[in-house]
Amino acid sequence: MHELSIALSLLDLVEEEAGRRGVRVTAVHLRLGPLSGVVRDALVSAFELAREGTPQEQANLVIEEVPVVVSCPRCAAPKMLESAWKLCCPTCGTPTPEILSGRELDLVALEIEP
Amino acid sequence: MSEHPRLVQVRQHILKHNDCAARALRERFHGAGTYVVSLVSSPGAGKTAFLEKLLGSLGGRYRVAALVGDLATDNDARRLARSGAAVKQIITGTVCHLEADMVAAALDGWQWEGLDFLFIENVGNLVCPATFDLGEDLRLVLFSVTEGEDKPLKYPTIFNTADVAVITKIDIASAVEFDRTAAHRNIQSVRPGMPIWEISAKSGEGMDAWLGFLESRLTESQERR
Repeated sequence: MHELSIALSLLDLVEEEAGRRGVRVTAVHLRLGPLSGVVRDALVSAFELAREGTPQEQANLVIEEVPVVVSCPRCAAPKMLESAWKLCCPTCGTPTPEILSGRELDLVALEIEP
Repeated sequence: MSEHPRLVQVRQHILKHNDCAARALRERFHGAGTYVVSLVSSPGAGKTAFLEKLLGSLGGRYRVAALVGDLATDNDARRLARSGAAVKQIITGTVCHLEADMVAAALDGWQWEGLDFLFIENVGNLVCPATFDLGEDLRLVLFSVTEGEDKPLKYPTIFNTADVAVITKIDIASAVEFDRTAAHRNIQSVRPGMPIWEISAKSGEGMDAWLGFLESRLTESQERR
């Protein structure tokens, strides 16, 4: 359950941003990739637990799931994959070690109220 | 003035704090000329036996030490200390992985500068350690021949964040009908191009080639300084 560690790190970041701007945060927007090693539902539960008793108690998570996109050296084009356990081009079958997206574990935006 | 919530863009990696701590560690390790290798695997894959062998083999020629993470007990540290190398246990309590701060805290007051190799044995877990950078130069993922050839497919993230795969307990591969071709294929499926080493800490099979690789990585890293 490393999602709790991640939820606490996220709260620290949100706290820092909100404090600096002197605002109240109503929603926290994230981007999450399948190769981040973080499970969406576990992160949501951990965040709900971690936010209790903090100024972010009312802040909800809005998670955008990002697909795995690799670069195919043979097709010379980015390709979206269905799964994280078969890193090869869906068109020509060439192995695709270069990952363009799918590792995201990012805070991207905050919805705030003055 | 609008009463509606406003959206502000903040682009930050959620683990910014761990990333910063890991970057600081990496700079310290490079500054000191220490090559740092971390080990991740499921419990029972043979990390400690492998590390025991590594410390014993490298100890005569290099200054080596190890940090070992476990939820409880200092059994591994006591076992590894028999090699003569400096070993420190990190007891994580309920935390299922190591974080860069824990490594930094373990280094405090410890004479690690001047080391050639520092090994960091993570908590036995193929899920949680994947997400946390520890400032290492090389991350090994180990899995044993008794675990099933499809382990990489079940835990793609940890294989994807590791640099090298080590298949352990190769001396009993035929007894457990280990399908070597399938294991290699599955590793390459989740991490195309990943170097794979097959070793036995017990019989010593594959250890010389592996040690040669590690020594060449140390030389390269010291030449880059």
